[in-house]
This record gives sequence, C-alpha cells and structure tokens, in this order.
Amino acid sequence: MSAEAVDLTVRFGAVTALAGVSLTAPPGRVTAVVGGDGAGKTTLLRCLAGALAPDAGRVVGPAREKIGYLPASSGLYPDLTVTENLDFRAQGYGLPRRVARQRAGEYLERAGLTAAADRLVGRLSGGMRQKLAVIAALLHRPDLLILDEPTTGVDPVSRSGLWWLIARAAADGCAVVLATTYLDEAERCAGVLVLDGGLPLASGSPEEIVAALPGTVRAVPARPAGPAGDRAWRRGGGWRVWEPGPPRGADAGGADAGGPDPGGTGAGGPDASGVAGRPAGLAAGAGSLITPDLQDAVTVAALARQAALAGQSEVARPTGAGTA
Amino acid sequence: MWAMIVKEFRQLRRDRRTLAMMIVLPVLLLVVLGYAASFDVKTITVAVAGPQASVVSATLHAPFEVTVTAPAQGAAWARNELRDGHTEMAVVTGSAHPLVLIDGSQLFAARAALTALSGLERAGASGASTSGASASGAPGGSALPVTPTVQVLYNPGLTTSDIMIPGLCGVVLVFVGTIITSLGVVRERQTGTLEQLAVMPLRPRDVFLGKIVPYFLVATVDLGIVLAVGIAIFGVPFRGNPLVFALGALLFLFVTLGSGVLISSVSQNQGQAIQLAMMTLLPQILLSGLIFPLSSIAAGVRWIAYLLPLTYFNIISRGVMLKAQPLSSLWPSFLFLGLLGAVVVTGATLRFRSYLAPARQRRRSRPAAATQEAGA
Repeated sequence: MSAEAVDLTVRFGAVTALAGVSLTAPPGRVTAVVGGDGAGKTTLLRCLAGALAPDAGRVVGPAREKIGYLPASSGLYPDLTVTENLDFRAQGYGLPRRVARQRAGEYLERAGLTAAADRLVGRLSGGMRQKLAVIAALLHRPDLLILDEPTTGVDPVSRSGLWWLIARAAADGCAVVLATTYLDEAERCAGVLVLDGGLPLASGSPEEIVAALPGTVRAVPARPAGPAGDRAWRRGGGWRVWEPGPPRGADAGGADAGGPDPGGTGAGGPDASGVAGRPAGLAAGAGSLITPDLQDAVTVAALARQAALAGQSEVARPTGAGTA
Repeated sequence: MWAMIVKEFRQLRRDRRTLAMMIVLPVLLLVVLGYAASFDVKTITVAVAGPQASVVSATLHAPFEVTVTAPAQGAAWARNELRDGHTEMAVVTGSAHPLVLIDGSQLFAARAALTALSGLERAGASGASTSGASASGAPGGSALPVTPTVQVLYNPGLTTSDIMIPGLCGVVLVFVGTIITSLGVVRERQTGTLEQLAVMPLRPRDVFLGKIVPYFLVATVDLGIVLAVGIAIFGVPFRGNPLVFALGALLFLFVTLGSGVLISSVSQNQGQAIQLAMMTLLPQILLSGLIFPLSSIAAGVRWIAYLLPLTYFNIISRGVMLKAQPLSSLWPSFLFLGLLGAVVVTGATLRFRSYLAPARQRRRSRPAAATQEAGA
C-alpha cells in the first residue's frame, strides 16, 4: 500500500523544520527525498515512520508493524552480533523464529555478510553495518520501507549491494522512501522530492523535475563575470550557467529530457525550447546549451528560490548582455 | 599548552552538569561531613517501666533522656518499645536489681549508653562507700541507688558487621537499581536505538518493563549473595520474617529502579547518567543512618535523611534481621517507601513515555489504513 504525507509542518522551538511538505510513496516504487544538511529530510522520514508527530498535516500509511525504518543512526546495537541484532528485530515484529532465521540467512548471503554473522556490529565496517541495517529494516517484509541516508559514507561496492536490497524490496511491492544527498541515486528513483530549508523545492519524477527547469543551462569553461556569475556553478572540469526563462518542459522539454546533449558540439545550435525562453545577447561562443540533468535542475531550483527570496526581479529581466 | 587550556575551559563551560557538580559536590560534602558525620551520641532516649519508674526517671540525667515513664508496664512492654525503635534504652524497675535493656542495633547509642551507665555505677559505688550522699559531681547524672542488670539486645557483641550488612543490602540495591539501570537505558539513546524502539510495534510499557526486569533480576541475585555472605561468613543473624524483608526489598528496588530510569531520561549520555546517579548515591550512603547514626545528624540536615529511600530500607532491614520486627511495627517505613516509589516511578514512566513515543501520544492505535491527524 502507498504511504502519504500531506502538508506536514514540524517546529522544534523557534525552528521550522518542515513547512507544508507533502510526499506520496506509491507501492513498488522508490521515492527519494533529496536535500542538503538541515533540509528537513530526517524530520519528514521520522514523521512518516511515526517517530515524530507533526505540528500540522497528516500521515497516511500502513500500520506500525508493516513499516520498516532505518534511522540515521542505523538503529543497531553495536554490542550485539549481527545475528543477535536480527533476532531482536524479528522478535520485536513478531516474526516466527524459523522464518526469521531463513530470511536473515538469505539476505545476509545476498549482501555478502554470511561470514560476519557472529561478529559484533560495532566491529563491522561502515558499509557492512549499513547493509545490515537495511536488512534489519526489511526483515519483516514491510509495506513501507523508510531509509534515512542508507548509502551515506558507504563505498561504491557496498552501495551497489545496498541498492540491490532496496530494488528487491520495491520489486516485492514495498513502497520505499529514502533520503539521500546523492543526486545520481535520486536519478534512478521513480519519484523525487527536493527539500531546501524545510520547504519543498521541486517534486515529481526526475524527468518532470528537469522539464520544469525555468530557462536554459549552458556549459562554459570558466565562471562568467557579472551577475551571471551568481547563476553559475562548477560541474566537473567546467562551469554551468543558468539563464532564467519559462519552464523547459513547456513545449519540447519532455522530448529531449535524458537524451544525449544536443548542444555538445559547442556550435551553439540551441533547441527550440531554448530559443523561446533564452534571452538574446548571450553569444553562442560563451558556452554550449546543454540538456540539464537532475543535479542541474536541483541547483537551478535552489538558485531560483534564492533569487525570489532576495526580492530580485532578475528572473524576468534579460541580463545576458553584459556578460558577452 | 595555552590552546589546550582555552579549549578545556570552553568545553567545561558547555558541560553545565560537570560544572554544577564541581561546585555542588564540595558544598554537599561540607554540609554532610560537617553537620551529619558524627559518631557522637549526645542523647540516649530511655523508656522507664515498673513500680519505681518515676523515681528512676528522676535520677536519670543527660545523656539520658527519659521519653516515656510507664509505672504500669513491665519487661515485655519495654522489649517491645526497644524492638519497635521507639527508644534506645529501657529500664524495668520493680526487682532488687533494675533491668536495663539496650538496643544493640543502634550501635553508637548503645556504646554511649554503656559508657554512661558504667560512669553512673562507679559514682554510685564511691558515693555509697564514703558518705552515702549522692555524688552530684559524677558525669552523666546522679548515681544509681542499686547496681542494675544490663542486657544488650539484638547485637549483644555490639558488632559493626551486624549493623553494616543489613544496610549494605540496601547499598547494593541502589547500586544495581540506580546506577546500572540508568546506564542501560541511556545507552539506547546514545546508540540511537531508542528511535528504532519507538517505531517498533512494542508498547511503551513493554519497553519499560523489558528494560527493567533484567536489572531487577540482577539486583535480586546480588542481594541474595550479600545476604548469604553476611550470614555465612560474618555471622549476621537473620531473626525476622524473610517475607517482610523481601517485601521491603521489593518496594525499595521499585524506588531505585524508578530513579535509575528517571536519571537516564534526563541524561544525554552515560557520563551524565553516572554523575547524576552518584549524586543520589552519595547522600544516601552518608545520611541514611548506614554509617552515621540518624540521631547524631544535625536537625537542620536530618530532614534530608527522611527523603532518602535508603533510610527507610535501613530501618526495615535492620529491624527484620536483627530485631525480628514484624510488619505491624515497621509499617511507617513501608508507607514512606511506597510513597517515594509511587512518585519516582510515576515520574519515570511519564518521562520515558514522552521520549519513547512522542508520536504515539496523539495516536493511540493505528489500524491498517488509519490516518494520523495532528494539529488540525
């Protein structure tokens, strides 16, 4: 069954951790909650898991015993062994011992943890511990699996192991909600909610978020001078600059989203949507128009909000002229 | 080095509790050791019975303080007065040699009483041999007209271990109940597993009891060991009803376990829990009558003793083990212990509940597709 958080507001004293945030997690899908430190990811997940009552809004979801939750702290006992931790969790959720042992064995095998079954959790490496924490959270086959940054600080090999477990749970029909700081992980999810300072910044599928990007993005070799510099960010070896405009997805955005970079040649052949929204004056030589990915889209969303907050009308004003 | 000093002071300033402890602890020790820590017994309460009760009462002066004069009563009554802890010494008149009964479980009062009595006897003897007049200059009061028969009850040898071991039983229970329990509960918070427990389908009561029962069992085993060693090796008597003792221990453990949970619920880490637990243990050891007699504690500080659960457990354990006190004469201690327990356990349960299940307070049961409404 799906889980839903509607219009959640959570305050901790004077700090508003969440302000009117909604999230829907359909079964069989992985939904990512993305955001920087203090964005409200953990607070949202705690509300979904029932560990925190929101000040306003509501949470609809499965019963407590059908939720699996991996808190940011992993929720495992460092002074118990791998097997003992799983035993405790299984008993807590009322799983018959035989079923629990069989499932645990299967998951441990898949995660490459069989040899570590009798080791103390406190002695495990970070990646092994996270894999175990995810196994512990899904051992009772929950309908809703909530994972708070399961892959943070985990090496690439363990990360792929973790993703195998997560994808398997989703394939079994579980609604998975996970918080992550990695946008490449969010890009593989069916749904993404981007949070910033407790406010929703963007939501939808990765394609929808990219399509909703207002304006265009160019790749440039160096940070542009002038006001455009405030709309630039480093990406790989170069820089990207955002030119405000109407949403890309307004006409053709959906078609080329995720496709190969049409402007990669640097010849300045802008696509139709780019021309429509792009202010004139930014010389073709100043950079090539690219198809933005989720990371670009999230960055632009944050820039757009900053601009709006600063009360600037820059979003609507053509500013490219000075940068040429 | 300067960098270290600055950093250390900054950390110290953040750690309010350590700072408080650094200031409070010396003051506490000063008060306790200055006003309370005294083995000197200045007054010995006396009950006098028998036909010549009034005459004898009149001859007894400081350090003796006659609290009851009962001419109609006899030796049996006097023994009960001692057993129930109403008085520290009893004099039964009516025979040629009056019978003096002393409560040996009040070790220091008993020793003081014996010293004062021998002073009286010497004075009486010398007075009779010289002029027959009362030796008014004798310390401790006027001379006794006749040599009394002195009997020390409950702890005839005035052995220290006989009174220490019943008290030690209480200390063991405080140690396991408060210190070890508070560490165990705060560990859940420190490792972040408390959040996991909060979302698991366990009732707060199950978590609370599940957390406490193991320590309860450990404390019970510990108590058994201390009792067995005390009786087998130190020869401490166990004269009373074990059931009364068990009931007292149960009630006391209830209080100590409750304070353990309470301490852990206001502590962020094990260090803080230890600090707080020590702050409760120290006054209990010093002020409960375990070491220093309650009657020697200055009145201004003595009221603290009556807020400490160990004070009542000491009365119960010594009463049962040494004096075979029945429940009917110990009930005030049981009552106070019960009251303390009710307050502490209620506080602990509420605190524990509020930090274990903040979300559950507003949502009692969540059926399969229920809605959690909050605020609206």
